Amino acid sequence: MHTFTFVLILLMLMVASFFFGRRRAVTVSKGDVRSLNSLPGYYGYYTALWCGIPALLIFTFWQFSESAVITNLVIAGLPEEVTLLSKQQLNLVINEIRNLVSDNIVASTISPEIAAAAERYREMQAISKMALFAVMMALGVGGATYALSRIHQQHKARNKVENTILIFLIACSTIAIFTTLGIVLSVLFEAILFFQAVPVTDFLFGLEWSPQTAIRPGQVGASGAFGAVPLFTGTMLVSAIAMVVAVPIGLMSAIYLAEYASPGMRALSKPMLEVLAGIPTVVYGFFAALTVAPFFRGWGESLGLAISSESALAAGVVMGIMIIPFVSSLSDDVIYAVPQSLRDGAYSLGATQSETIRKVVIPAALPGIVAGILLAVSRAIGETMIVVMAAGLAANLTANPLESVTTVTVQIVTLLVGDQEFDSPKTLAAFALGLVLFVVTLVLNVIALYVVRKYREQYE
Amino acid sequence: MANTVNMSQYNEQAERRKQERRKQGKMRLSTATVTRDNRETIGNVTVPDYRIRCTDINVFYGDKHAIRNITLDIGRHEIIAMIGPSGCGKSTFLRCLNRMNDTIENCRVTGKIMMDNQDINDKSIDVVPLRAKVGMVFQKPNPFPKSVYENIAFGPRIHGLAKDKVELDEIVVTSLKRAGLWEEVKDRLDQPGTSLSGGQQQRLCIARTIAVNPEVILMDEPCSALDPIATTKIEELMDQLCADYSIVIVTHSMQQAARVSHRTAYFHLGDLIEVGATEQIFTKPVHQLTEDYITGRFG
Amino acid sequence: MNELVPPKPKTIDLVNASLAKRRASERLFRGIGLISIMMALMFLFMLFYSIVSKGYTAFRQTHIQLEVNFDQQLLDPAATRHHDVLSSADYSSLVKASLSKLFPDVTSRNEKRQLHGLVSAGAAYQLRDMVMADPALLGQTLQLWVPADDDVDMLIKGHIDRDGPETERRLRDVQIAWLDQLAAQEKLSLKFNMLFFANGDSREPELAGIWGALMGSIYTLLVTLLLSFPMGVATAVYLEEFAPKSKWVDLIEVNINNLAAVPSIIFGLLGLAVFINFMSFPRSAPLVGGLVLAFMTLPTIIIASRGALKSVPPSIREAALGVGASKMQTVYFHVLPLATPGMLTGTIIGMARALGETAPLLMIGMVAFIVDIPSDIFDPATALPVQIYLWADSPERAFVERTSAAIIVLLGFLFVMNALAIILRKKFERRW
Repeated sequence: MHTFTFVLILLMLMVASFFFGRRRAVTVSKGDVRSLNSLPGYYGYYTALWCGIPALLIFTFWQFSESAVITNLVIAGLPEEVTLLSKQQLNLVINEIRNLVSDNIVASTISPEIAAAAERYREMQAISKMALFAVMMALGVGGATYALSRIHQQHKARNKVENTILIFLIACSTIAIFTTLGIVLSVLFEAILFFQAVPVTDFLFGLEWSPQTAIRPGQVGASGAFGAVPLFTGTMLVSAIAMVVAVPIGLMSAIYLAEYASPGMRALSKPMLEVLAGIPTVVYGFFAALTVAPFFRGWGESLGLAISSESALAAGVVMGIMIIPFVSSLSDDVIYAVPQSLRDGAYSLGATQSETIRKVVIPAALPGIVAGILLAVSRAIGETMIVVMAAGLAANLTANPLESVTTVTVQIVTLLVGDQEFDSPKTLAAFALGLVLFVVTLVLNVIALYVVRKYREQYE
Repeated sequence: MANTVNMSQYNEQAERRKQERRKQGKMRLSTATVTRDNRETIGNVTVPDYRIRCTDINVFYGDKHAIRNITLDIGRHEIIAMIGPSGCGKSTFLRCLNRMNDTIENCRVTGKIMMDNQDINDKSIDVVPLRAKVGMVFQKPNPFPKSVYENIAFGPRIHGLAKDKVELDEIVVTSLKRAGLWEEVKDRLDQPGTSLSGGQQQRLCIARTIAVNPEVILMDEPCSALDPIATTKIEELMDQLCADYSIVIVTHSMQQAARVSHRTAYFHLGDLIEVGATEQIFTKPVHQLTEDYITGRFG
Repeated sequence: MNELVPPKPKTIDLVNASLAKRRASERLFRGIGLISIMMALMFLFMLFYSIVSKGYTAFRQTHIQLEVNFDQQLLDPAATRHHDVLSSADYSSLVKASLSKLFPDVTSRNEKRQLHGLVSAGAAYQLRDMVMADPALLGQTLQLWVPADDDVDMLIKGHIDRDGPETERRLRDVQIAWLDQLAAQEKLSLKFNMLFFANGDSREPELAGIWGALMGSIYTLLVTLLLSFPMGVATAVYLEEFAPKSKWVDLIEVNINNLAAVPSIIFGLLGLAVFINFMSFPRSAPLVGGLVLAFMTLPTIIIASRGALKSVPPSIREAALGVGASKMQTVYFHVLPLATPGMLTGTIIGMARALGETAPLLMIGMVAFIVDIPSDIFDPATALPVQIYLWADSPERAFVERTSAAIIVLLGFLFVMNALAIILRKKFERRW
């Protein structure tokens, strides 16, 4: 029986206690429902909440702590020569036991101690499951009984139920904060581990990136090269190409649609641009790798240029295409927000439409447009699939768009995809890169959102 | 004339309000009824030395017939005021004179507007030189989000009116002086135009219009957003400007019309009811509607 | 006043002098605008053209007609009809026998291997499934269409150059000759590619299908929906209806807006560090994928739901509060029902985005080669976009076609979801 079945059973219990609670309320009212403080349904909800919430809390807590507790118990039961092993080797042993438990393929031959430990692990899992079920059911029934015993005519069930819901709402609204906190902590924590092995300055200012040389732990500080500068320049190069494509086309499309296009054309073009925004990035990546990159290479050959098949150009151009609708819709918003009175002022002086746009509308909308471009840059920097599929892996320190470069996101993916030891510097390097990525995009976003807010206030 | 004037209802305030509510779209008023037959404007719509001559102007917003068959001359060096209750079409008429109605979608203007022997309502006419000749000041001051200097220099720059920086400076200074703003802003020409007070902003907009050196200035309730002191300044300014320009002003304030204008035109629900010398309109109006309006019975 | 007006040419003459140039620059500007929008639309067209033209052929697959003799001696000599016996029998030799019957003059070992290479390994699975479903087939002889090898498929679809040098071709001359012979006997034909929709991933392009990835995507989205919709709506309701103006609420709002712009790969890192490393959730499971995507989608849903709540006029709330409803009852019975279409629209758009998302799923290991169809949210699985990524990396020419076809399917789903959102919006749009 799966643990999630417990939750289903609990849900059924809750439904049952709802009916019990409601009936009890009707009973205590002696048939006169209006004498109750709240509607009978609220007594039902009250009982159901008492039945479900304590049991669910226990369930969640159990799920999170179960594996750690069992692991510790199993380790404590292992022979001494195993428990005295270094932390890393111990982790290997634990992994082996866990693999054995979940019937995964185990590489080496299994020692009898390990097999015994795995057996114990399984037993404890079974016991834990039974215990969890018992505790949950006890809490569910107990909670419901307690709630039923509390129901009387003056009982303020509605207030209690509503307060519980309010607490739930407040809890949900803090999720955003916890997500941010979770991102910061998890990335920061691993990054700090990484910086213990590789100095921050080497990472931020080093010119050579070759994480592949540092597979074995302990060897890292000496020979691994974790200088991220080539990744930063590569990211900037690809993003710059993307912006060169996206900003003029996006901005001019927005201007054309907002100021010149006939209503019919607008009705047709706007949704089509939105389609461009809705296409998954993996599709763009495929398009870049299989259509655009060969096209550029062939084009380069005919011109006598050597264009790499994983050139920054192809990835950048396709990324630019992806960002066009982003730039155009943000520009459209800010251009729309420029008051008509400014346009009228310019027209009344005899300005042509393009003069009005270039000399009045755009300057007035500039803060908003700049903010939109910052958001677009942030998106370009964080974009993953296009570069993973179309840009290279080799960390070249170059500004030549025809050559192959790699980016921060490409390296994060390469370092983390596939099986690897979690605490090797190679893996941790990905989190350090993630930290840089997060901080840079955060700064760009915060500036952009602040500028947009100020801009909106100006014209409201 | 089929004017149905029902005197007995004049004092019945409640009845009047009820009918006012009904008047939208039906053009029916307690005082007088405008019908298809009596839509001729009272007073002399033409002047001998005209700057702009409008003939049979009709404006439609989609299906809505906003103004009907208006014929009116704008004289040289005169200030002509347009008065009338809200929604009577006076602003719409004003915007015909420099084709600002073009910027409104589904707005259609028919009729002839002759200026310098050209029909400026003709679609083939280029609006750019037209608007350089016919400037406009709006109800709400709308300085560009640029410096005071750049606000004034905008027009001359786009039209290429100044050969060099020195000439441009001269135009800016002259325009500011003529708008009576120079003394107040000469030390802060590089500050944003939006940092000025409301009255200053409106004079900045007038200076901006003067800088292009137009021949006619249209003013669409230029003082409605301003306090009395700023209003006085702008009225004095208009008095000076009419030596060089024709000024058409739309105003809500009858006092203002009486103070500044030479001629006054009374609009009512899309019809031009009566035109005449300002003094005559305000002392001896001919049409019942005009009289009702200027005596404050509605509007 | 006149001394202030400098003697200069009339404005109108100056204006007219430069007019032509200004008109030209107006046309240029307008032209650039038009070209920009045309370029954007051309890119869209090119993208679709490139994918559809590469992918539409994958929906049909080359099949070869064989006369198969379900030889009892070979498959089940003891006539036990036992499940295990039937399932482990050597079906590929049936296929080989049928092929030898078609081409009796092929005798050398090498040539035989080439002949057998014409038919996909999937043919044997097909025969096995048939026998397992109906053991009475044993001893019978049937005319069957079995899938051809991907190289044959590519040749028939014209992606292999027949006339090129033999060494640069994946099919030998003799194999092509056999195929021509089969085609002449009408034993070679393009049929609807059922396997593509029914199978999981495979190393053999002709056997690789999207069903596994699709199920993975569905399970993942299910988890995402169950988590992000209630939480997103709850957050929106709290912020819009209950929250007092305070620094704390401001902080939440800034956080939500910012999370909406955080790169998706960062969410993948969060999932890897928290769920897999710290909480030891199973790798490659739709559960973790769904959790990560839920965090990613939450801001979208919150922002859309707040918009929907904002558009409910205050008069509705005042009316409900006026008749004595509590704040909670007002929200639950009056505001929420009116805001539901808007919230659903936002949720569908968020789900569509989650369906297309790849990067965070790579981080949490949903990128493994998984043949089996996942049966719940704990099974190792991959998702449709990740499958596209995996196939795009494969060298075989036939995978290009399949990748494009998978993209067409993915885009089809996205189209349906977005169309649903638009219909919902149109149908329930209210003007207050």
